[in-house]
This record gives sequence, structure tokens and C-alpha cells, in this order.
Amino acid sequence: MPGSGVIIAVESLSKTYASGVRSLESVSLEIRRGEILALLGPNGAGKTTLINIVCGIVKPTSGSVRVDGHDVVRDYRAARKLIGLVPQELSTDAFESVWSTVRFSRGLFGKPDDSAHLERVLRDLSLWEKKDAKIMTLSGGMKRRVLIAKALAHEPRILFLDEPTAGVDVNLRRDMWAMVRKLRESGVTIILTTHYIEEAQEMADRIGIINKAKLLFLEDKTQLMRKLGKKELAMQLQKPLAAVPEALANRKLTLGDGGNSLIYTYDSNVADTGIAGLLDEVERAGIVFTDLRSRESSLEDIFIDLVKERS
Amino acid sequence: MNLYAIRAIYRFEMARTFRTVTQSIVAPVLTTSLYFVVFGSAIGGRVGGIEGVSYGAFIIPGLVMLSMLSESISNGSFGIYLPKWSGTIYELLSAPVAPIEVIIGYVGAAASKSLMLGVLMLATARFFVPYEIHHPFWMLGFLVLTAITASTFGFIIGIWADSFQKLQIIPVLVVTPLTFLGGSFYSISMLPPIWQKITLANPVVYLVNGFRWSFYGVSDFAVGTSFAVILTILALCFALIWRIFVTGYKLKA
Ligand SMILES: Nc1ncnc2c1ncn2[C@@H]1O[C@H](COP(=O)(O)OP(=O)(O)OP(=O)(O)O)[C@@H](O)[C@H]1O
Ligand SMILES: [Mg+2]
Repeated sequence: MPGSGVIIAVESLSKTYASGVRSLESVSLEIRRGEILALLGPNGAGKTTLINIVCGIVKPTSGSVRVDGHDVVRDYRAARKLIGLVPQELSTDAFESVWSTVRFSRGLFGKPDDSAHLERVLRDLSLWEKKDAKIMTLSGGMKRRVLIAKALAHEPRILFLDEPTAGVDVNLRRDMWAMVRKLRESGVTIILTTHYIEEAQEMADRIGIINKAKLLFLEDKTQLMRKLGKKELAMQLQKPLAAVPEALANRKLTLGDGGNSLIYTYDSNVADTGIAGLLDEVERAGIVFTDLRSRESSLEDIFIDLVKERS
Repeated sequence: MNLYAIRAIYRFEMARTFRTVTQSIVAPVLTTSLYFVVFGSAIGGRVGGIEGVSYGAFIIPGLVMLSMLSESISNGSFGIYLPKWSGTIYELLSAPVAPIEVIIGYVGAAASKSLMLGVLMLATARFFVPYEIHHPFWMLGFLVLTAITASTFGFIIGIWADSFQKLQIIPVLVVTPLTFLGGSFYSISMLPPIWQKITLANPVVYLVNGFRWSFYGVSDFAVGTSFAVILTILALCFALIWRIFVTGYKLKA
């Protein structure tokens, strides 16, 4: 697998915690070299468990993970050297300085001191001015960046970001996205989890959805959107309606906005969307509309649909 | 061997020591000095010597040993307990490090600190009580081995503990009584016969006696016995740690 298109191969991975909680059920997936993969899923879905097994923090119950060909249990040293992890929890030292904590991380991962690299990382994350500050004196957003700096200190080829933008303001989120893109350009594979669907939509090449310990699917972002893409046509009505008129009953119509709009949902991928006929029928039914809007369903809609459907 | 990792852990731990120099070095040296003053200079003069050694001088090795034991255990346990408590242990668990490297880093730092303390305490004692060291190499050997063994034992406690209370319970309930009853202040031969027998189950007795022998050439046991006991304990500690890492006990869910 080294050098091939697949950098992480997860095979029928399952995890049952000592408490009996089943957090992963036979999850298999392949992560491609150099991609940005976003993992979405509700709280408790098993995202962090998956990441923690790959990184060596949690032991798998069964199944295997190979990182660039190295089994994460048997050949953990080679596997872990390639990985940087930014955990979900803001766990930092308190009394150490920013500089000494990133230097520590680099050493821990088996790399000799390299002040120039550490300086670059800290500057990229706007932490250079704070390099001598004790970590406990930093704000939450800065601490999050310190964790990122620690993860990047040993120049990993794979970066796991477990909810990197939780509790981070809009500006910093933009900065992080820019940083992630820059890392990707330099060839780093990035796996991130997020609850912000816009984030996955904006950042990822591929999107995986995990729910109730199972990987529901993993798809190319654009294909996914197209495949599941539904469009909506909303007609703004001159007079509100109490119900969808009899004459239009065979159409898939709903009322929105307290009866002030009539909404038609259709599949944007089929040749005949049925819009032309619908507009005729609406006119014949004597309904007057003042405005027309069409809207593509977002990943958020898709996500909610999916999770509802399968649970 | 991931030598950079060992150095990183060691350096990190030593920085913590020097950041808290008052608490981690000054305080124990001061406390032990008070013992030297009270028992060595003040009371010692009124108490007869033991086995030809003045009382003040007799208690020095034991006191140093006592202090090193408790400091090593607390250093060894804190070093690994703190990251567990703060959550920063994730980094250690996800790093390309083998158990032995983690142990060398943490135990090495804790033992180094205890050694510095031991040497400082011995130097301080010289101000209050005159003493000599007959077997300096044995003395050093005991010092180093005790520091390593007790730090390793502390490391195990640090892994086992999941609250600050548990972190203290073994040092307070087990180690302190054993050290006080470990013959720091008396020779075993001064005890009633039945207690002489019971005392033999206390490993600290062998440590203190071996250490004292390296100073004055007097001991309740052969020095080889003392050395064997401490090596056995060290081996037991290593075996236990090995199991902990292999099974991921209390470290990995
Ligand atoms: N150490 C643990 N011991 C026992 N159960 C655990 C442990 N860690 C996680 N769990 C359980 O495993 C399940 C999955 O948790 P996980 O943290 O992987 O979810 P997640 O998808 O990351 O959720 P979130 O979005 O809230 O971060 C949950 O039911 C959780 O309670
Ligand atoms: Mg999580």
C-alpha cells in the first residue's frame, strides 16, 4: 500500500467499550492519499472512537487499520509517525509555554529539534507572539491552535482534526479552513469531523456519514450532492391557501410559510422535472403567484433525511 | 529506540521540577535538615551511640533514604498522573513510543530529581553532624537503585490512581509506616525478638541497613542481602509495568 492511492485502510473495525457501549460496528473505509475527508454524524455516533483507534488511543475490539501499509497495532511505530492528531477535547498543559509544548510534541514523535519548522508552524497559526506565554493564559481559541501546532510539530503526512472548529469564532474558522487547504496542497491527507455541515460542504473532497456506530456511506461530495440532490420550487402566493387545491392533489405539493407559498419538490437529475405542466395546472386552478424561487437542498437536508431514514 | 522521545519526556519533566523548585527541592531538603538539627545535634548528644556510631550520624543514612523514598514515589506518580488527569495523555498514547521509552523518560526524570535531593541532603547534613562514608561506590549504588526503584513504584501508582486521593493513599497508608518502621532511627537488634522477626518482612529495613552499611560498615544484614532485595523489588516493578502497557490497563479504553 505505501505509495498507492490509499493511505488509510480500515477493515471491518468494531469497538465495544468495557461499559458495553457498541461504538463502531464493522466499519470499513479507505482514505485516499492527499484528500480531505469529512466525517459527519450526530453526537455519540462513533466518530471520535474511529479516530482514536487509528491513532492508538483506543484499542479495537476487532478488525484492523493500516496506515500507509503499517498495521496500527503491530507496527504502531511506523504508523503513528505519519499521523498528527488534534483531539476534540481542549486538553493542554497549563504551566508550560507554547514553545516548550510544541517542542515536546516534536521530540515525542521522534524528530530532532528544528526551531525553524516550529517557528513556521506557530507563525502560520498566529501564535508566534505567544510563544513564551504559559498555555493557561491563552483563550480557548488560542489553545485550540496550540493543539494544532502540536499536531503539526512533527510534520505529519496525515492530520486528524476532531471537531477543529467547535467553539471557534468565524474569523478563526476561516483561517483554519485556509490552513487546512494549504496543508492539503502540500500533500497532507486530512480527516476532519464536524457538526457544521457547511464546513464539510465547503472543505471536503469526500464526505462520510456515521450514525449509531455505522458508516452510512462515504461519497464524493459533488456526486453525493447530485445523487441525493432535490430541488424545491416555491411559489409566493397572492392570497394564502388553507389547503392544497383538489385540482393539484396528484402533484407532490406542500404549503409553506403559513399557506402563503406553494412548494414543489422534484428531483433535479431527471429529464422531465414536470415544472412546465405544473405551472399550467396552477394557472388553470386559478392560483395567482407573485414570485418564484428555486432552491437546491443542502447537505444539511440530505444529512437530516439520511439520519432520520436509517434510524 | 525513539531517543528523541525519551529526551522530550525527560526534559519536560525536569522543567516541571525546576519550575517548582521550592516545593520539589527546597522543601524536602529543609524538612530533612530539621530532623538533622533536632535528632542529630540537639537530642543526639544525649543519646548513646549505636554499634559504635554516634546517634546523630547513625540516623543520617536512614533519614536520607526515607526522604528519597517518599520523594521518588511522589515524583514518579505525579509525572504520569498529571497528563492522565489533564487529558494530555492522548499525545503520549498516540506517539510512536514504546513502553520502555516512556518508562525511561518518566522514571529517569523522577529518579534524577531524587538523586539531586539525596546528594543535597547529604551535603546539608554535613553542616550539622560529622559523618564519614566508608564505601562511597556502594553508597552511590544504593542511592541510584533506590531512586530508580521507588520512582518506578511511584510510576505504577500514578497509572493505577484515578483520583488525587488514590494517588496519596498508598504513600500515606503503606509507604510512610514502612519507612518509619524501617530502622531509620534504630537498629533492629534493639527491638523485642518477636518484632525483630516481623520487621524482616519490611523491605525498607534492607534498604536502610544496606545504605547505612555503606557509610559506617555496620548493618543488621549482609550487604548482599540488601542489594538482592532492592533488585528484586525493581524487577517486580518492571514486570508489573510491562503487564500494564501490554494490556493497556487503565490507559487505553
Ligand atoms: N472511553 C469510553 N468508555 C465508554 N464509552 C465510551 C467511551 N468513549 C466513547 N464512548 C461511547 O461511545 C459512543 C461513541 O462516542 P464517540 O465519542 O466516538 O462519538 P462522536 O461521534 O465522536 O460524538 P461527538 O460528536 O459527540 O463527539 C458514545 O455512546 C460514547 O458514550
Ligand atoms: Mg467526537
